[in-house]
Amino acid sequence: MSTRLVSGGRLIDRTKPITFRFNGKRLKGHAGDTLASALLASDQMLVGRSFKYHRPRGIVASGAEEPNALVGLGEGARFEPNQRATTTELFEGLTAQSQNHWPSLDFDIGAVNTHFARFLTAGFYYKMFIHPRPLWKHVYEPFIRQSAGLGKAPDAETKDSDRYEHFYAFTDVLVIGGGVAGLQAALAAGRSGAKVMLIEQTAHLGGRAPVDGGTIDGQEPGAWVDQTLAALNAMPNVTIRARTMGAGIYDHGYVLGYERVADERPGTDGPRHRLWKIRAGRVITATGAIERPISFAGNDIPGVMLAGAVRDYVVNYGVSVGDRTVVVTNNDDAYRTAIVLAKAGLSVPCIIDARPLGGGALMEEAKALGIRVETGRGIAKVLGGKRVTGVVLCNMVGEGALVEEIACEAVAMSGGWSPVVHLWSHCGGKLTWDADQAAFRPDATRAPIGADGQANVLAAGAANGFGRLQNVLQDADVAGKMAAHALGFDAPKDAPPMGEDAAVKPLMPVWLMPQSAHYGLRMKAWLDYQNDVKVSDVQLAAREGYESVEHTKRYTTLGMATDQGKLSNINGLAILSDALGEPIPQVGTTTFRPPYTPISMGAIAGEARGEIFQPLRRTPMHGWHEAHGAEWEPVGHWRRPYCFPKAGEDKHAAVAREINATRQSIGMLDASTLGKIIVKGPDAGKFLDMLYTNMMSTLAPGKCRYGLMCNENGFLSDDGVVARIDEDTFLCHTTTGGADRIHAHMEDWLQCEWWDWKVYTANVTEQFAQIAVVGPNARKVLEKLGGMDVSKEALPFMTWADGTLGGIKARVYRISFSGELSYEIAVPANQGLALWEALIDAGAEFGITPYGTEALHVMRAEKGFIMIGDETDGTVIPQDLGLGWAISKKKADYLGKRAQERTHMTDPNRWQLVGLETVDGSVLPDGALAYASGKNANGQRNTQGRVTSTYHSPTLGRGIAMGLVLNGPDRMGEVLHFTNTEGEPIAAKIVSPVFYDPEGEKQNV
Amino acid sequence: MSDVKTAMGAAQFEGIAKVEALPATGMITIRGTFSDAGFGKAVCAAAGVEALPGVRETRLTGGKGLLWMSPDELLLICAYSAADRTAHQLAEALKGQHALVANVSDARSLFQVQGRNAREIIAKLAPVDMAPSAFGPGMVRRSRLAQVPAAIWMTDSSTVQIMCFRSVSEYVYGLLTTSAELGGEVGYY
Repeated sequence: MSTRLVSGGRLIDRTKPITFRFNGKRLKGHAGDTLASALLASDQMLVGRSFKYHRPRGIVASGAEEPNALVGLGEGARFEPNQRATTTELFEGLTAQSQNHWPSLDFDIGAVNTHFARFLTAGFYYKMFIHPRPLWKHVYEPFIRQSAGLGKAPDAETKDSDRYEHFYAFTDVLVIGGGVAGLQAALAAGRSGAKVMLIEQTAHLGGRAPVDGGTIDGQEPGAWVDQTLAALNAMPNVTIRARTMGAGIYDHGYVLGYERVADERPGTDGPRHRLWKIRAGRVITATGAIERPISFAGNDIPGVMLAGAVRDYVVNYGVSVGDRTVVVTNNDDAYRTAIVLAKAGLSVPCIIDARPLGGGALMEEAKALGIRVETGRGIAKVLGGKRVTGVVLCNMVGEGALVEEIACEAVAMSGGWSPVVHLWSHCGGKLTWDADQAAFRPDATRAPIGADGQANVLAAGAANGFGRLQNVLQDADVAGKMAAHALGFDAPKDAPPMGEDAAVKPLMPVWLMPQSAHYGLRMKAWLDYQNDVKVSDVQLAAREGYESVEHTKRYTTLGMATDQGKLSNINGLAILSDALGEPIPQVGTTTFRPPYTPISMGAIAGEARGEIFQPLRRTPMHGWHEAHGAEWEPVGHWRRPYCFPKAGEDKHAAVAREINATRQSIGMLDASTLGKIIVKGPDAGKFLDMLYTNMMSTLAPGKCRYGLMCNENGFLSDDGVVARIDEDTFLCHTTTGGADRIHAHMEDWLQCEWWDWKVYTANVTEQFAQIAVVGPNARKVLEKLGGMDVSKEALPFMTWADGTLGGIKARVYRISFSGELSYEIAVPANQGLALWEALIDAGAEFGITPYGTEALHVMRAEKGFIMIGDETDGTVIPQDLGLGWAISKKKADYLGKRAQERTHMTDPNRWQLVGLETVDGSVLPDGALAYASGKNANGQRNTQGRVTSTYHSPTLGRGIAMGLVLNGPDRMGEVLHFTNTEGEPIAAKIVSPVFYDPEGEKQNV
Repeated sequence: MSDVKTAMGAAQFEGIAKVEALPATGMITIRGTFSDAGFGKAVCAAAGVEALPGVRETRLTGGKGLLWMSPDELLLICAYSAADRTAHQLAEALKGQHALVANVSDARSLFQVQGRNAREIIAKLAPVDMAPSAFGPGMVRRSRLAQVPAAIWMTDSSTVQIMCFRSVSEYVYGLLTTSAELGGEVGYY
């Protein structure tokens, strides 16, 4: 059984007991424990069930690479699935549940799958669920969805109760990883004077060195770490952040850091996670290395662990995985585990070394401690079910015939170490195969390149393929100095510290144990624990023709689980390379993508949730609208009132009431969102003549003109009223959604094409609150407010004037989008509400009625006015809309002119704008198509038009619509039939699009 | 002027820094040719400063002065009540030159973040190097706060002022107060 030793554990504080729950069971640990170490200390060897076969699974590793020990952490609003026990710091009251089993962890029905393993091979789903076709949707997919995924999703009704944030940081040198390499690199760069930031994913600096031993400058590595940390902390140009993982490296030295600010103290003030957005001149990846498992049968039984992890649990947490641990290895490093265990008083029945001659100095040390060493041997299989009971010793060469059974509770395995090359690879760093270490390591000649054309990521230490302490320190020192030097800092010419550790003999690559393991063993030899991929699956994929490692990955799901194959990648591709008969470097690796380990969705969202999920733009009268029951319509980021329903009134009735009141007496609209752009300069007229299809330079000061804007391809892009303020100055109104876009469009042409034209623009949209006062009584109400002459004579249709209204400085435009007598009044935004309320008061006797966007739409449609986005969709030119009158024939050029002369644009068969009246008075469905005879090449019914705007007109008491119809204007009175998803086609007559006051008498009074 | 109603009124919040909406302030957008001596002279006179600010710099004294906005754009800051008059006088002074002057006092909102952690509040929201070695009083950045454009400058070593569009005032206030909530100290600077 696994248990807590009476002494040891450099990271735990035995004076601080902590109580936590696992599957409802109350367990105890210590401050400084991870959930994994505390579980092992409580003899909880079984921590979960595997994905496909529901095999019992235990803790394998001690860090970010852990594939098995994933738990559902927390409860209610703080529940999170798939949290790694090995990287979860223990805290008082922690609750965790194991995953992927039913009804319980100990007794799981799904484990029956393991007996069908012969059938659940690679590609099982692809092969099995393809026929018969109809079963996919109704049987297979629901079944697969039910069985897919490890953890449970949080309850959809709960909301994460924690807070998250981002932080932008800038540094010269960013060091990722706080082991001895990272510390030395930071020290070297820091002493050069560069600004240095060092981030470490765990809570502790120093990495593996304090566990692995040796000496640095004659001291224990732990002492050197403390001393170096003190030196770094004393440097004002160096920042160190623990619990911060380098998640991804992107272009131009952009790095995401994932800080777990308060995971270990939930419920406290402050954010839970912080996503660091770091811009670094140079990045040093000192991300260490990950130990590889060995593929032998039963290597997934709880109690089989990585040798380094077994050592970690003893040294860091004072936890023994079992009284008797068999060590199996192909390299010298695993001997350290045996030595640590023996020195802790635990039994190591045997070290099984696959190498015929075994190892070097560490082997001698182990032997001196009385440990039995078997060289040239392997494990044929592990004995046990929910925990290890022993191993079958065999010869490395051969199929796995029994040599001897050795009883044990734990197996510590080491297949060598793979440099963590993930971050190096994220932004294009290439790898090279190091045959001596049987590992890929960064190729410095093909590094990620920064904006200066130089390598901007440097790998250091174990992450760069160095194993010996001295090499690690020296490499890190060089990386730190090079990074600083490249940024213009003079590195001191001091020597790196001296590292000393045992000399090692070369490892022997072992991809399968024993070498010629028979099928029965191979199909129990796991490569990917989390996705249940075995040696036999990869071999099957190769036999079935999968040659590319990327395809094999997807076919077998090797490395596709939440651990992204940190343990399985190299082993899997080595098996593939063997099956294909191609060398490993030729087969290559799959792509390493960010994030290094999964990061929380909350951290990605940062502050963007709730009220500040998205910016919401409010006009100065927004609060009034809200207080008066406005139904909102989103228009870009604005919220505009759709209508103002009264108590007991539905939206349809409210819209009708608003229109009737406006047409009969007076209504008012918050038009503040309309774009307002000042265009000024001696060339302003010439500029606007190019932007608009019609002539603007001839507009007299004091007058207004409606204009159309097209893009270079001739398509209608925006419209609005232009007012000429003075000789040099115009004010261009745009649509609400067009304000920023059109301003940018103007600046684009001015800065990139017509840079020598003397024109300045300013977007003053938000400077003004704008209120449309509309209806036959509009003038009376403005006269009541007083301050300026708004008579027909002083302020005729399509003119503007400055003055004051009710004591507020105002600019009044006589323009109309409704066909009624109408004024649009612009006042400084800070006084918009005051004017609005003054109008409400003054208009009360006329029943003044605020109206929303829907009434605006209906009234403009009654008048046959087009709406950008309804009548236009990016494929419509003004000529399609009967707007030929707004296209100047005199101008030599305007944006879109040449495009509009292309044959397709001048084709008389382009659909043209018409009005549509249903025969029965009903409302046509929006977007409905008009049927034509025959079918097209795809067998679809031909069409001859479509509805672009359609409303019920309360003014006319019937449905009205506008649409684009083939030869429409020539077919007045003809009846078309329109598609209707609700029933029979709808008959509608082609009419003029102007349904109301075609002579325009009402607006011109 | 009693009817003047800014978007956020006198809203304020005290967390790891003090966040407050500033009262209505005069703001005038000026575009023109900086190298033109006549332009500089007229603008400096209107703003009450000795010289135009350099690139990404401010020249402010006693709540009045100029902010650099782009190679051909400046923002003049003055009392709200003086903005119309100042804009008009400056436009007159620049008559005959190619320049644009527009009072935008109502188009924008100003906020202030004050205290030991003021820099961190901004660094949580804006991709701007807020380290004292990179940014301090006398400088301005046109950037963004989370999802909206903003300009940022410091009036002293622990006071940041922020300008955003009026319509997103509530959003920006929400960003600043959320970032200033208790427990959010980063300890980076």
